[in-house]
Amino acid sequence: MIPELGEYALILALGFSVILAIVPLYGAASLKTIWMEYAKPLAKAQFFFMAISFACLGYAFGQDDFSVQYVANHSNSQLPIQFKLSAVWGGHEGSLLLWALILSGWTLAVSLFSRGLPLDMLARVLGVMGIIATGFISFLLWTSSPFLRYLPRYPRDGADLNPLLQDFGLIVHPPLLYMGYVGFSVAFAFAIAALLSGRLDAAWARWSRPWTNVAWAFLGGGITLGSWWAYYELGWGGWWFWDPVENASLMPWLVGTALMHSLAVTEKRGVFKSWTLLLAIFAFSLSLLGTFLVRSGVLTSVHAFASDPERGFFILVLLVLTIGGSLTLYAFKAPNVKSESSFGWLSREMLLLINNVFLMVMAVTVLLGTLYPLLIDALGSGKISVGPPYFNALFVPIMGLLVVSLGFSSVARWRNTSLESVKQQLMLPGIISLASGLIFPFLYGDGFNFRVFIGISLSMWIITTVFREFKGKFRSTTSIAEKLKQLSPSYYGMMLAHVGVAVTAIGITLVSVYSEERDMRMAPGDTMELADYQFKFLGTKSVKGANFVADQGTIEISLDGESVVTLYPQKRRYNVKKSMMTEASIDPGLFRDLYLALGEPLADGAWAVRVHYKPYVRWLWLGGLLMALGGIVTVFDRRYRKNDTQKQGVANA
Amino acid sequence: MPRLLLFIPLALFSILILFLWKGLSIDPRELPSALIDKPFPAFKVEALLSPERKLTTADIVGKPVLINVWATWCPSCRQEHEQLLRIAQENKIAIIGLNYKDERTAATQWLTQLGNPYQFNIYDESGMLGLDLGVYGAPETYLLDAQGIIRHRHVGVVTEQTWQELQAIIKSWEKL
Repeated sequence: MIPELGEYALILALGFSVILAIVPLYGAASLKTIWMEYAKPLAKAQFFFMAISFACLGYAFGQDDFSVQYVANHSNSQLPIQFKLSAVWGGHEGSLLLWALILSGWTLAVSLFSRGLPLDMLARVLGVMGIIATGFISFLLWTSSPFLRYLPRYPRDGADLNPLLQDFGLIVHPPLLYMGYVGFSVAFAFAIAALLSGRLDAAWARWSRPWTNVAWAFLGGGITLGSWWAYYELGWGGWWFWDPVENASLMPWLVGTALMHSLAVTEKRGVFKSWTLLLAIFAFSLSLLGTFLVRSGVLTSVHAFASDPERGFFILVLLVLTIGGSLTLYAFKAPNVKSESSFGWLSREMLLLINNVFLMVMAVTVLLGTLYPLLIDALGSGKISVGPPYFNALFVPIMGLLVVSLGFSSVARWRNTSLESVKQQLMLPGIISLASGLIFPFLYGDGFNFRVFIGISLSMWIITTVFREFKGKFRSTTSIAEKLKQLSPSYYGMMLAHVGVAVTAIGITLVSVYSEERDMRMAPGDTMELADYQFKFLGTKSVKGANFVADQGTIEISLDGESVVTLYPQKRRYNVKKSMMTEASIDPGLFRDLYLALGEPLADGAWAVRVHYKPYVRWLWLGGLLMALGGIVTVFDRRYRKNDTQKQGVANA
Repeated sequence: MPRLLLFIPLALFSILILFLWKGLSIDPRELPSALIDKPFPAFKVEALLSPERKLTTADIVGKPVLINVWATWCPSCRQEHEQLLRIAQENKIAIIGLNYKDERTAATQWLTQLGNPYQFNIYDESGMLGLDLGVYGAPETYLLDAQGIIRHRHVGVVTEQTWQELQAIIKSWEKL
């Protein structure tokens, strides 16, 4: 009964999104206030029924209702309750339902937090989001309903959730990622609304900015979490694989980064309007494309849940309608590519444009690498696959260039900057960066290392230039405390995020260069040494979890005779799927991780034991979190709320 | 003229859609029908661990074998590695590795570190043999009968379930 209620609520949600897609937009086009007024209540109703539908599916999981196909395929009565609930989004249908729920959640948020927005703008934005929701809820109902039953004969127990996904990481990773993906729909809706109304002023950019920043922060947080999850869960210490699914999330993040910067220029200086609009469309288009790539099965991947050509076809049609439609609108309505406000060759505008170009090149690199096998296949020239060497060879150098330009744009001013002032401001940071890059490998490692030199120099370059610019703010002020209070949350957010980039870069560099790993045959009582640590293997014993049995090793770690920690890596066998899982045991630290995993059992109680020493690996996620935090902090800028009401009159004029 | 520039994104997108549409009709999990029940393509390629040894089709016929396409750059290959080790331990069928577009040193290191389930490894550095075989991406696994005829293709990670399926196919031959 409850699952049918869920399906019914989903149908009602579709009904409301269809009305939302039509009524307010028609009202805005024909200037009928009452029609426009419908946008807010419709958005609320849509969210209400989506939430009911989602709760019904959660209930079916909680109750072990295996007559529901989706539950039977992704859960099991032995599964611990928190995984039963997170299994709701452990497969295709449920994760799409989550997608649609989050979309309606964003729609609701726009309707609640846009009091300063002119009514016609709000009506258009919500209407555009209604169109997107219509597409996705129809997709759910027609091709991927999670509420279908096995009737009259249904399995007595479920097929269980993939053991890889039975983890804290899966509980939070997809929702965060989807918050980001779907969050770009708001910036997209604002762009489309602006194109429809023809009002492309600074106000439009200011309205979009907080939404874009939050979506970007969620997406970055989700990517960071995914990388961390892969690190500890896949059991071999890697943290990024250039897997199509990872790429699908990285592309919107890159374009989203470009969009944030471009929006800043548009708001502050009124230039790059067409470019900013295009980026807003691209960021969301890439989110949709990512969904298509993952869901349609055109690319095979470690992560892909299920693939089905019919579903692929449906999403493709959705892509054509949304992206094709918006690009057509863009082609006819976007302002001509010319700037109303001039800027010099050496100005913040120009440097941010360059940064945009680098980010786009990076996104295109990832896109081509991801799609290349498909393109070649479609051209009939055979089947190929592209590996990490391609991505590393292209992506990493461009990232370096981006970081160099980041330093310049930090200190450059709007409009125009003299070469002399740039030189004077950057001389010291440049010298400090190069010197640290040069010295670090001698202090930390055992001699000069080019990759470390580049990595550390670039990271220090970001930190020193950010600091230089920060210091410059105090030039004309006597009260430091006063000035610190004066600086806006946007400014602090930007600083946090830029420092986050540096922290991530340090992590990537050091963990790539100085990691050590060894695989050893260890019998009980054996010891081994790695990176000055001694590891003593005390043998394994059998332990029982809720839905698995495991061999659990005990390994004592000491440093120079002093005990550090004892770790218990496991080799699990899950009862239902009969699959083996390596559960690594990690001693985390700010400057190094010790990472232990059990390999294969050997004769006489001995095991193949894999030991990793991962210096600074936490930094790459710490940096990711700093960036995300930076994005969130900017939203507390009062400017976004205050000015909205002040400028309303102007925007309506 | 500047107005025309604004149509560029739309044009690029249309091209992309054409490819995606074409891509949908290609099933990556399907072997090009030409190769199933056909002999394994002829080859003469170096062995991974002993470069002086040239492997040819003669090395893989005579008894049923599994040909496993793998590479060190492929995360899923690492995922399935333990399963391959178990299959090798059961000793029911020989597994031959096809090391695909890889570096010899990295691949050798991988085998010493993780264990070597393979009887021997074909070192397909250029990926030409993989191309003849229609490899879409690593990992892939092919089941060949004693005559060296490709009987089954599995795309993706080999799991315990895959191994059961493969065994069922091998059993069905024994009945004949």
